[in-house]
Amino acid sequence: MAETVNVAQQPPQSGAGGRAERLWARSMTACIVVFLGVIVFTSAHWGLHPPSRVETIDSTSLHKGGEFSEANLGTSIAPDGSAVVRVVAQQYAFVPSCVLVPAGVPVTMRLASADAVHGFLIQGTNVNAMVVPGYVTTAHTTFAESGDRLMPCHEFCGVGHHAMWAHVRIVDAKQFPFGDAKAKAVSCG
Amino acid sequence: MASRRLVLAHFWLAFAAFAGSIVLGAWQMFARSPLHSGPADVDLYYRSVTAHGTALAYVFPTLIAMGFGYAVCVSALDRPLRGERFAWVGFVLVLVGALMSLLAVAAGNSSVLYTFYPPLTGSPFYYIGIVLAVVGSWFWVGLMVYNMRQWKQDHPGEKVPLAMFGTVANALLWIWTSVGAALELLFLILPVAFGWKSTIDAGLSRTFFSWTLHAIVYFWLLPSYIAFYTLLPSAAGGCLYSDRMARVVFVLFLVLAMPIGIHHLFADPHIGAGFKFLHTVFTAAVVIPTLLTVFTLTASLEIAGRLRGGRGLLGWVKALPWDRPMMLAAGFSLVMLGLGGAGGMINMSYTLDSTVHNTQWITGHFHLIFAGTVVIMYFAIAYELWPHLTGHPLRSAKLACLQLWLWFVGMLLVTLPWHVVGLMGQPRRMAYYDYSNQALAAEGPLVSVSAIGGFILLLSAVLLIVILLRSQRGEKAEAGPLTYARALDDRSPVPRTLNGLGVWFGLMVALTLVNYGYPIAQSFFLQHNTVPAQTVRISP
Repeated sequence: MAETVNVAQQPPQSGAGGRAERLWARSMTACIVVFLGVIVFTSAHWGLHPPSRVETIDSTSLHKGGEFSEANLGTSIAPDGSAVVRVVAQQYAFVPSCVLVPAGVPVTMRLASADAVHGFLIQGTNVNAMVVPGYVTTAHTTFAESGDRLMPCHEFCGVGHHAMWAHVRIVDAKQFPFGDAKAKAVSCG
Repeated sequence: MASRRLVLAHFWLAFAAFAGSIVLGAWQMFARSPLHSGPADVDLYYRSVTAHGTALAYVFPTLIAMGFGYAVCVSALDRPLRGERFAWVGFVLVLVGALMSLLAVAAGNSSVLYTFYPPLTGSPFYYIGIVLAVVGSWFWVGLMVYNMRQWKQDHPGEKVPLAMFGTVANALLWIWTSVGAALELLFLILPVAFGWKSTIDAGLSRTFFSWTLHAIVYFWLLPSYIAFYTLLPSAAGGCLYSDRMARVVFVLFLVLAMPIGIHHLFADPHIGAGFKFLHTVFTAAVVIPTLLTVFTLTASLEIAGRLRGGRGLLGWVKALPWDRPMMLAAGFSLVMLGLGGAGGMINMSYTLDSTVHNTQWITGHFHLIFAGTVVIMYFAIAYELWPHLTGHPLRSAKLACLQLWLWFVGMLLVTLPWHVVGLMGQPRRMAYYDYSNQALAAEGPLVSVSAIGGFILLLSAVLLIVILLRSQRGEKAEAGPLTYARALDDRSPVPRTLNGLGVWFGLMVALTLVNYGYPIAQSFFLQHNTVPAQTVRISP
């Protein structure tokens, strides 16, 4: 490896080498700043935010009444015409296991866990969040097209985790039972 | 080389844990692919996943970092390790801890995965084993800091050799990184696992774990970076472009790798939007030392390639000695770093993360970065050290290159399809997928391809063990001392701040308090955030 020694014995080329290095460091930092700028812009422009309300709930008494009592689980229509979907995640199913929502209507999803940490995503959408016991998870979306989508649990919640799949049935707004859903929560199973 | 037995013991225990885990990993990939007829045994599957993660996250890379650290300490400082007795104590703690944890997992009452997931609770032995292994590694941290300090006292005004500087940076990163999981285990999980308490704050546990979970990746990565900067340039036949920039990179990793873990919790309801965005910004900042590394490495390799007669814009790439394991591994490693790094930029984005969170994309991402970029360099480090440790020549470089090729091809076959099915919405950590369901059918063939990749990785792992065993027998040939690449700026001095790590360690701790203080503190003021714990048991 004689050539190694030869190179190292030359005086350090601080001029050209240092300049190229500094130019690279500055341009890469600029790239990162632009990247962050895009995140800030898209987040502000489209109102994209991860679920971050830090809202707590007593996970041991969900079934005893309140927002997540059995009668409230499913889809309700709020006074402003938007849909609110309330789901309980528990080992190893979502309740309800078939969520019925109208297409083209703003949907707010509210989930709480009765036991372990769960997660959920709705395939083909950006709805994707954790359901941590003790907290309420809130996610917003509007389903553009009607159709059936799968909603699996995506966090390990025990040996039955693989069986924890729900459905989201998105129906045309004309077919959705708005009248019923104003009075009580509806679902498809 | 001094301390040969110590270094060899670390590497062999590391590779034993590694080889066993790869068998499990390959089986897991097969078990949930369409190649397997019907559902696999779900209970066995989660035991296997827990063992695979535990051995490969806490045991294997820790032992490589420790073993390589001791080798660097004796060869770069060119004097015996001070306090070797304590190094053996640390080793035994890691060994006992690993056995205890893995036996608890095998018994079937600790299938909580290596990420713990409270309120699920496993056997206390599982957690105590991990604590012992981590405490064992803290002995190493102490020895690295102590040996560097002693050397500096004996060599006033001299530059700490770069390999040692990087090793101590990694040791300091690790000790502060491991504090997050240690707090979670000691104060939240173990009281519940022992039955002293019946409830646990699941959200706070996740916050503590995220403290460890991201920076641990940099603890795994830095031995590979040390090899990039100090072993690769000389293996390529050249020298390091800039010793000073390498030091800047190591201190940047030390300061910035730690306080960014909340990007693992973007989808969690218990962290506010402000801190999530803050962690996006800091995660973006930690990309910079990696981009600086790309420049310095490319420049160093270009020097080597041109010295070897390479001409033209890219002719120097062809002139590099691709038949040397260190060179070939570094090439593969950088390709995987490019792919995995681009994916990582998506994961850390405040807005884009929701498209990939907890899908197989994430599994693909961290296997590509850790099992690919990082681990392939662990192989190269072992091949580089082996002749110095065993006194036998490597048998053979050709076979080693074949092993690296198999690992590279296998890793791409495993991880690229995972990224794709992740985008299709396939969730992680499932023992079984019903591919007969029309909505999942399209994922089937891709999962089969990645299962085949898993078997190629298994083949590569077997070959690694064969090569290392073969190279400990046969004719002896002293390899001489292990040497490190010289740098173009070897003779120019560095400022004191780049010849020690105290200031940077202080900055890291301060930044952690800023970035984690409030998210941790809020747990003590909220209501209902403590929930009943649940023991996991073998399913009937």
